[in-house]
Amino acid sequence: MSVKKKFKGLSDKAVGWLFIGPTVLLLLAINIYPLVYAIKMSFTNFYANKIGREPQFVGLKNYIKVLNKEAIWEKMQVTASFMFWTLLLQAIIGLGLALLLNRKFKGNELLTTLIVLPMMLSPAVVGVFWTYLYNPQVGLFNYVVNFFYDLGSFDMIGSSTLAPWAIVIVDTWMWTPFTMLICLAGLRSVPNYLYEAAEVDRASKWQQFIYITLPSVLPFLLLALLFRGIENFKMFDMVVELTSGGPGSATELASINLKREAFEKWKTGYSSAFAVILFVTIFGFGNVYVKVMNKIKER
Amino acid sequence: MKKIMILLFVSLFSFSVNSNAKSITLGWAAWDPANALQELTKEFTAETGIEVNFEFVPWPNFADRMLNELNNKGKTFDLLIGDSQWIGAGAVYGHYVKLNDFFDKEGISMNDFSPATVYAYSTWPKGSKNYYALPAMGDALAWAYRKDWFERPELKSEFKKKHGYDLGVPANWNQLYDMCTFFQGREIDGQKRYGAAINTERGSEGITMGVTAAMYAWGMEYENPNKPYDMEGYFNSPQAVEAVEFYRKLYEDCAPPGHSDAYMVANLDAYKSGQVAFQMNWYAFWPGVSKEDSGGRVSGFFANPKQNVAAATLGGQGISVVKYSDKQDLALEYIKWFARPDVQQKWWDLGGYSCHNDVLNSPSFPTSTVYAQGFLDSMGIVKDFWQEPTFVELMLPMQEAIHDYVVNGKGTAKEALDKIIEEWVEVFEADGKL
Repeated sequence: MSVKKKFKGLSDKAVGWLFIGPTVLLLLAINIYPLVYAIKMSFTNFYANKIGREPQFVGLKNYIKVLNKEAIWEKMQVTASFMFWTLLLQAIIGLGLALLLNRKFKGNELLTTLIVLPMMLSPAVVGVFWTYLYNPQVGLFNYVVNFFYDLGSFDMIGSSTLAPWAIVIVDTWMWTPFTMLICLAGLRSVPNYLYEAAEVDRASKWQQFIYITLPSVLPFLLLALLFRGIENFKMFDMVVELTSGGPGSATELASINLKREAFEKWKTGYSSAFAVILFVTIFGFGNVYVKVMNKIKER
Repeated sequence: MKKIMILLFVSLFSFSVNSNAKSITLGWAAWDPANALQELTKEFTAETGIEVNFEFVPWPNFADRMLNELNNKGKTFDLLIGDSQWIGAGAVYGHYVKLNDFFDKEGISMNDFSPATVYAYSTWPKGSKNYYALPAMGDALAWAYRKDWFERPELKSEFKKKHGYDLGVPANWNQLYDMCTFFQGREIDGQKRYGAAINTERGSEGITMGVTAAMYAWGMEYENPNKPYDMEGYFNSPQAVEAVEFYRKLYEDCAPPGHSDAYMVANLDAYKSGQVAFQMNWYAFWPGVSKEDSGGRVSGFFANPKQNVAAATLGGQGISVVKYSDKQDLALEYIKWFARPDVQQKWWDLGGYSCHNDVLNSPSFPTSTVYAQGFLDSMGIVKDFWQEPTFVELMLPMQEAIHDYVVNGKGTAKEALDKIIEEWVEVFEADGKL
């Protein structure tokens, strides 16, 4: 029997499985298995660097320890604040830039390319060169600020008040173009006849924005913020290069702390519990967010 | 055609010869002494025919990279020059080969090396006669200063008038502070200068190495000498608290702007660019600093100043054979060669810090370089951080708490030290020590 004939005999469902089988296997191997393994580890006192020491079952001890640790809540607060400000700024500036670039003017394409450049860079590289831009003695950022408003010498990275803003500024600089691109796609999908009809009805530009543009672009903006929210919840490389989580722990995000617990202190069981808690948090928030987003779309 | 075939054959043959050549890989941190070792090792290759490949990892990633390699039982390295604090983990978790039998067989005596370095770099448990490394690179935290500025008559007289004693090598930390504040914000040759570039790095070990230089000088002990791991009242003693407060004062009043996450290279840069009068750093960098004095810059060097006691933070490393290596015999041959007194002398001459008594006790040693006497003085008073197998777990909370207090200005020194003890107790409990 020829191979061709054999495949001819397969049902649509079987062919479907044949196509998705490798992907499912890959997902099981590199996503689901590690997740299940991490959940299992989170109930033990396992230390990955203590060779030959058998992990012991400790029940919910790791979870209780994580949830009762004041330092963890401080890190969660730092993460929440970082997410709030970056998402807010990226939403406002991204939408503003999209509205600007949606107009036809000379140099529009060149400007779009220039604005998009930061998000094409490696976050680690961005972190490193912003440390130079923030240098209080020779940094361009400090020079520009002082040019407009003389603050004298100030240290964005070394000050506990300014360092959280330092990482917010860099993330906003880097990722606003992403929000802008998604919003721009949304703006370009709005049919022109809606604006024409509004013009006929003598709607002002502001009314057109509130009743046509914003509702049309909102699902796109929310989608962009969902992606950025997930990314910023696990933000690591840029912040490590920029501040190492300092000064002290002023910019130590939950993900940085998790990495330190898991791969520097090697508290595998404890950090697995922390990772599971973070996963449940982001999964829960993500689900609620998607539901809200769908409701907005349905309107 | 025939010629082409011969060429092909010859190149194939030479490739196979090359791939069969004996070779080992040595891992260390990427810094000046590593280049000196690479230079020195050419003689080993010439003598034995064993090629030595080097993999040098930048300091901020050094511990992560090497310890991950060891924990994964990696075979990348045959020889490792690991930090002094790793010796406990190397021995307890079986990463390093125990060298006692090899030393006995080859007639290598640990009595030929400086006792402080043998204790710090080679033994586990501490003070025992179990050797897991050969002392390779002696080092301690010390200070360099702008001797050319210190010798300017107008500055000398102004300082004397202000403080009532001579501007020179500080006899204690209070004098160091006076001198640092004297230079802070001062204009010299048309440029604004600052006091001192000190360790403030947050990510790896920087600020801990810096603050302990003060804490040791104030007389801090990690634990009760009669009751191991009993830290209350020792690590957070009033002297220790005072030392940490002093370090913060030094950072606030004397560091150049933006020096909030600085360690070896940042301190060097601040000094070399003429920003600061003093820099805190390891002896390993002094050959480079001394050689690169230019544009009127003349450097002086001194050991960590005393306060209540004379003490200095230990740096440096021992060289170990990695247990997972398939070429342990070749790696041991390298150690045998490296332990030879003539090789140790060349090591010092090239800029490495030998720990061999023949080198250190030579009458010409103290005057062989401007920093040699300081090195001798320091190696007699060194103190190290915990060398426990769990040293990383012990280092990280200290980094965070001290940085939080010194740089971030959060809480009090006592609270920072109490917090560290709390975390350390947890680590020792998990390790079964408490």
